Amino acid sequence: MRTRADRVRAWFLGLWTGVALLYLFIPVFVIAAFSFNDNQGRFNFTWQGFTLRHWENPFADPDLALAMKNSLLIAGISTAIAVVLGTFMALALVRYVFRGRGATDMFVFLPLATPEVVLGASLLGLFLTMAVTTGFTTIVIAHVMFTISYVVVTVKARLEGMDRHIEEAAMDLGATEWTAIRKITLPMIAPGVLAAALLAAAISVDDYVITSFNAGQTTTFPLFIFGATRQGVPPAVNVLATGLLVIILLLLALNVMVQRRLAARDRAAMPSR
Amino acid sequence: MSLRRRRQLVPWLLIGPGLLWLAVFFAIPLANQLYVSLQTGDPETGYQFTWAFGTYTDAIADYQEQFLRSIGYAATATILCLVIGFPLAYYTAFKARPWMRNLILLLVILPFFVSSVLRTVSWQLILFDDGWIVARFRDLGLLGDDGRLLATRTAVIAGITYNFLPFMILPLYVSLERIDRRLVEAATDLYASRASAFRHVTLPLALPGIFAGSLLTFIPACGDFINAALLGTPRQSMIGNVIQSKFLFVQDYPTAAALSFILMTFILVGVALYARLLGTKTLTDSAV
Repeated sequence: MRTRADRVRAWFLGLWTGVALLYLFIPVFVIAAFSFNDNQGRFNFTWQGFTLRHWENPFADPDLALAMKNSLLIAGISTAIAVVLGTFMALALVRYVFRGRGATDMFVFLPLATPEVVLGASLLGLFLTMAVTTGFTTIVIAHVMFTISYVVVTVKARLEGMDRHIEEAAMDLGATEWTAIRKITLPMIAPGVLAAALLAAAISVDDYVITSFNAGQTTTFPLFIFGATRQGVPPAVNVLATGLLVIILLLLALNVMVQRRLAARDRAAMPSR
Repeated sequence: MSLRRRRQLVPWLLIGPGLLWLAVFFAIPLANQLYVSLQTGDPETGYQFTWAFGTYTDAIADYQEQFLRSIGYAATATILCLVIGFPLAYYTAFKARPWMRNLILLLVILPFFVSSVLRTVSWQLILFDDGWIVARFRDLGLLGDDGRLLATRTAVIAGITYNFLPFMILPLYVSLERIDRRLVEAATDLYASRASAFRHVTLPLALPGIFAGSLLTFIPACGDFINAALLGTPRQSMIGNVIQSKFLFVQDYPTAAALSFILMTFILVGVALYARLLGTKTLTDSAV
């Protein structure tokens, strides 16, 4: 039975949730709005009228275009490496009982419990000691290092919720261990691996702290923005950020539509009860 | 090769490459950091290893203020995230309809896809001296003598809270969503008041989420320097700002290394104490 007090409580919680979500979105709205600002001069601080001119060629600034290209390339390469290494680690940690498993588990968790500034500074210390010039490659190395743990955690969660017996059945039917992993385990954990890849890519594209230590002369999108704060962030940055968000929203909507279609098809194919 | 031997070998083959990567680019750098922190010298002539423990005492004496400030800001932001995030997570887990639930979670994650540096720059613009928010705050008499929001402690803490709020919400939601509502019903059936059912049933069951959420907020917040750099002034500078400038601009590597080693130790000890305090089983369990 729902009393009046219950309704008031639910209403209050709903309002709180709405306000908190608004708090999360205010800067995003401001970023999107200022991509249409007809700003005069370098600064894009006050609203001066609506224009579409910044959207016409957001890649006009070669430095910004290069930074964006670097960010995407680094995310692609480091995600691919981290996902392969991390998925294998998760497989071993969930599927096998071996000496040193607990210690490995703890060790993989450690980078997550270390502040980014420590990770970035330590790695730069190593590169300095080894006289390695920092740049594109060292950024990739750093990104793989700090995304592996996220991949392991995500894939492990998926593996732990999975029925072990199907693999065992495959091996009983003569599949080798490797075939069982390839044909049974990997397809079954694919959604977890995909989620891990998205997470790793998102973290990599967004990272400023660790990258700032190991970038050398190379710029990425977040480094470009931080560097531009002093002279005023150009509206093209707002355009790219907004555009990226719109593309992601479209992909999500597409995904929901495809899922609905598939579900409807499955329902149609199933014999009625 | 015997099956037993093979069963011991296969997991190491799977783990090997990843473990090697983490050993070379995570563990060795930390050890190297310790080594660098004990060196003396200057940027021109280079640094030699001299067991210079003095660097640590000097670093603590010189940057005590920034350390305390980082801990204070991070703790305040973590509490604010919990206060803002808990009702949201509670509403999402218990009150919202299924489609609403997915929508709220999506909205919590979505800002992540806009660069966090850019969102902090955007706060700069919102809190800007001639802006609408500052004018309203002035009308309400909420601002101090200089009438500013940007470049104050409030702005830095608000920025950190903003940045790490989703890291608090998601683990809170996961642990609340797992709670069997029948336990709460059983408590109220047995004449527990709403408040005491919440305190004795819901809250203890949500502890792993509170634990994981506060760690995921507090740890990165402690080392953060973007918010202090963009929303504060040198008077709000945190330990992350000091480490970054020592490393990249002053090139005083030993002090930077000592500072980051102290920060790391503080956090590991803090995490261990916090885990004991909340009586959570293991760290890895709760963080996942």
